[in-house]
Amino acid sequence: MSVIVSARDLLKKFGDFVAVDRISFEVFRGECFGILGPNGAGKTSTIRMIYGFSPLSGGELQVFGLDVNRHGRRIRSRIGVCQQENSLDPDLTVLENLEVFARYFDIPKRAAREKALELLRFFALDARKDAQVAELSGGMMRRLVLARALINKPDLLILDEPTTGLDPQSRHQVWERLEELRANGISILLTTHYMEEASRLCDRLIIIDHGRILEEGKPQDLVRKHVGQTVIEVAEPSETIRNFLRDQDLPYEDLGHRLVIHCDEREDLYRTFTKEFCTAGCTIRMATLEDVFLKLTGRELRE
Amino acid sequence: MKNWVHFRISRRFLRVWQRNVKVYQKGWKIIFLPPFLEPLFYLLAFGVGLSGLVGNLHYQGQEISYARFIAPALIAVNMMNNSFFETTYASFVRMYYQKTFDAMMATPLCLEEVITGEIVWAATKSVVATVIMTAVISCFGLIRYPEGLLLLPVSFLGGMAFSAIGMYFTGLVKNIEMFNLPVFLFVTPMFLLSGTFFPLENFPAWSRYGALLFPLTHLVNLTRDFCLGRLRLEALWSLGYLVLFFVVFFPLAVGRMRRRLIK
Repeated sequence: MSVIVSARDLLKKFGDFVAVDRISFEVFRGECFGILGPNGAGKTSTIRMIYGFSPLSGGELQVFGLDVNRHGRRIRSRIGVCQQENSLDPDLTVLENLEVFARYFDIPKRAAREKALELLRFFALDARKDAQVAELSGGMMRRLVLARALINKPDLLILDEPTTGLDPQSRHQVWERLEELRANGISILLTTHYMEEASRLCDRLIIIDHGRILEEGKPQDLVRKHVGQTVIEVAEPSETIRNFLRDQDLPYEDLGHRLVIHCDEREDLYRTFTKEFCTAGCTIRMATLEDVFLKLTGRELRE
Repeated sequence: MKNWVHFRISRRFLRVWQRNVKVYQKGWKIIFLPPFLEPLFYLLAFGVGLSGLVGNLHYQGQEISYARFIAPALIAVNMMNNSFFETTYASFVRMYYQKTFDAMMATPLCLEEVITGEIVWAATKSVVATVIMTAVISCFGLIRYPEGLLLLPVSFLGGMAFSAIGMYFTGLVKNIEMFNLPVFLFVTPMFLLSGTFFPLENFPAWSRYGALLFPLTHLVNLTRDFCLGRLRLEALWSLGYLVLFFVVFFPLAVGRMRRRLIK
């Protein structure tokens, strides 16, 4: 598989603050690669360097085999970027947003209109093509941003938290479209802090915090490695259950009012718990990427 | 300093210009009104109202009516306002609130082209406003032709000079309210003291020379000469000053915006 993004010891500093601390990773053609991390972990700083918005403070970064320091313009002509903040042009209509954007890529007028109409159909926005951007719902705006990012038929689509702030219906619609794009062979680089999104879309991902990579791999492998297959959650746990877990030498996270027990292949425990200890509530569920994420990045708030 | 050493401007800045033209065309019915109505109001107030008190005045050895004296200044002020307010308030809104520049910089466009496109657009707006205003004022017979046609290239040059310094301020201000400072400390004194409403000869020498620092003084000199049908060699000084003003403030504006936007 060919490499389309290659970062080596990538460093980004803002004054004394190190936002990205010498990280290395590769994105392969045709895959969906995720960068996961809590707020302020360095996700946006990383992808801003990839599309040439931020200069590097150190390290090497190549996209399509081109050095970002020297070939920013050539790289940007082959990527589509969906920024975190809404940057749609409120002075233009839906269709005009795409057509004006196409001009920035030097796409001829007729080809631009055809591509724009095709993308509006793909994102179910064709009925609103003459609407003002301000009239659109949040989900429609995000789909329009995605459509705009695809106007130049990019080889790499960069998405910075594409579904943050969307309602579940809109989020699922965006995911379906992204899955369809991925099936058509486009490479995607995605940042998110929604674990469900990452497990569903990403082939591979890195989890970063404080500018460093904590873990790298396929979502399912990471879950298996760090948490196992099943998790039992116990609400309002008693001291007896804590003692029982310590005696059995079972790994668990103590959140005070709640215990999260990683019980790989030990579904029988659930029955023991419900029979003997659980008064307030006890649930068994599949382990998720969210368990991995919280285990690796901790539970304290990031503000 | 190294911030603005390498310029990477290609003709792509026209894409940014085109974007603004497109938006302008959509709202032309409203945008068209100020340069159309403003000279009418001013000429009514000053040309008719005030000229009764002022009568005729002597300007560079020529006796002219007060309306003929201030009409060219109104055109010059209009050039300044159209370009300066475009690269201050309007560009700030696009940059800060609408994130238009952020979106552009995720395409093959670079920052220098975005800024150049904005500045050239503001100068274009100054030309369009000048065309409308000149047409209105011509109906009162206050502009001599063919010399009056020179107002058009002058409106572009003046527009470039004022939009460059406007963009420089946009790179500096923290929020949109802070534009009050350059407006009250730069635009308003110029509006009143650049030989707009009375001849600079009435001033004491120190302030007469001080006024020569104002780009508007030179713009007024040029528009007045051309409206009165006078072609003088001294006009080259004024043209040169406006060119210099642009040449100084354009790289300063790009440097400031680079520091502001590239992080």
